[in-house]
Amino acid sequence: MADTKVTLSGLTLDNPVIPASGTFGFGREFADFYDINILGSFSFKGTTREPRFGNPTPRIAEAPAGMLNSVGLQNPGIDAVIAEELPRLRELFHKPLVANISGFSIEEYQYCCERIDKEDQVGIIEVNISCPNVKHGGMAFGTSPENAAAVTRAVKEVTRKPVYIKLSPNVTDIVAVARACEEAGADGLSLINTLLGMRIDLRTGRPILANTMGGLSGPAIFPVALRMVYQVAGAVSIPIMGMGGVSTARDVIEMMMAGASAVQVGAANLSDPYACKKIIEDLPRVMEELGIQSLSSIIGRARQN
Amino acid sequence: MYKQGWFTIGENRPLAREVYRMTLLGDTSAITAPGQFVNIALAGRFLRRPISVCDWREGELTIIYKILGEGTRQMSRMAPGEELDLLTGLGNGFGTRRGAAAGSKKPLLIGGGVGVPPLYRLAKDLAAEGRAPTVAMGFASAPDAFYEEEFRALGCRVLTATADGTLGTRGFVTDAIREGGAGYDYYFACGPLAMLRAVHGACPTSGQLSFEERMGCGFGGCMGCSCQTISGPKRICREGPVLEKEEILWPTQK
Repeated sequence: MADTKVTLSGLTLDNPVIPASGTFGFGREFADFYDINILGSFSFKGTTREPRFGNPTPRIAEAPAGMLNSVGLQNPGIDAVIAEELPRLRELFHKPLVANISGFSIEEYQYCCERIDKEDQVGIIEVNISCPNVKHGGMAFGTSPENAAAVTRAVKEVTRKPVYIKLSPNVTDIVAVARACEEAGADGLSLINTLLGMRIDLRTGRPILANTMGGLSGPAIFPVALRMVYQVAGAVSIPIMGMGGVSTARDVIEMMMAGASAVQVGAANLSDPYACKKIIEDLPRVMEELGIQSLSSIIGRARQN
Repeated sequence: MYKQGWFTIGENRPLAREVYRMTLLGDTSAITAPGQFVNIALAGRFLRRPISVCDWREGELTIIYKILGEGTRQMSRMAPGEELDLLTGLGNGFGTRRGAAAGSKKPLLIGGGVGVPPLYRLAKDLAAEGRAPTVAMGFASAPDAFYEEEFRALGCRVLTATADGTLGTRGFVTDAIREGGAGYDYYFACGPLAMLRAVHGACPTSGQLSFEERMGCGFGGCMGCSCQTISGPKRICREGPVLEKEEILWPTQK
């Protein structure tokens, strides 16, 4: 019997599959397609202190084997998330959640984490210091080891829940940022966020995205994400949620072999609303085919061999 | 609520310049209102293509689409018998009994280009309710026009405008409405943003307007197609694509 359970900072997940923040809303849309309790967990839509509309449209462009988005952290704000979204979510999802928090200042990260710390539905806080689609804050915190460490220290002061810092791939040395977060007290790391990219409409000669640039996700970025997870896993001793272009059960296994303890699925949910369900259903069969008895035993296997 | 399903192409033929009509055989039970759309997965393309439903019945739906890029070009080359993965029942659609629409005796349907197709089923429904609408359509040129006869066959009065004057009134659809002297007490519109904005300005009655936007998922997961309204942000794919005239906030630049 294939054992798909994994452990993340003391939380045992039925399987390592976690929809990534920003591709799964607050779960409702997907609950119309399937029972989302089959998921290991899920990371809800990036939440900020104030409500945000986000960037002008168009916010979406297609890419070869992927897509660009420049949504810009549209969310109802932490008050509405706590007052409205979490109670609704309690009806749909009965496992600990990953709460994705964004901010534009260290104080804002701290404020939101302090608020979400009091919510018993939240198992892990994922601090997004890597959104490429907002000016000021966002990715600016994720591109310097010093700033990443400062955010980590600040949020660790206000919560006892496990804190995972979500890292940007748009850096020269992701290992340096990862190490800084670990030293500042991060309980884990999530990587990677999207890669900054753009497309131009050939008829108008203008960028397709109203914000000019956006974050590339989808299968196109999988090898880059895998490489970064592998590098970071070799440099830190805290657990990693690996993500970036994961679309199949085989991708999940590959990401875990690179060093991820759990795996987030992002853009795949948008082209196929059943993507996570299919992955979870396929995992035992693929494990059997590969002679894997326990998923947790393959974490970091690529380095051990 | 929406559904995912496989559909078999029944027919796929040119209807006007770069415009095709495709029938798809499969489970249409999720479709509940004119103006809803389907989201079509295409081999080798990451994102689905959202396309409005022109008409449907049990086991079959019709779409009319224009070749606007590589994805729709790929669709135009598909043959009867080939299969497509569709999400159906997406969007709110037009409501003939919603708000002031319920009391309308002389509805006007206003379409621009490939904004015309979803108005066909709407016209059919209104005709069945004994209030066959006037249909005003705008196209760039005569070779782009389609469905005039189909609307007439439903008992609709049809007003057509072309930008170059090769068919009907020369100008925009709003010119055709004015020139045609169409009396109406409510309108339903679907077309490009510039047309919707012109209609919103030119037509004094209440109405429902169907918007277009680049989408990620088509079912509300990604927030890619959001717009501002007086009642807060809405997703074109989920709370839209049809907005009530009174709730629309136009983007400051587009």
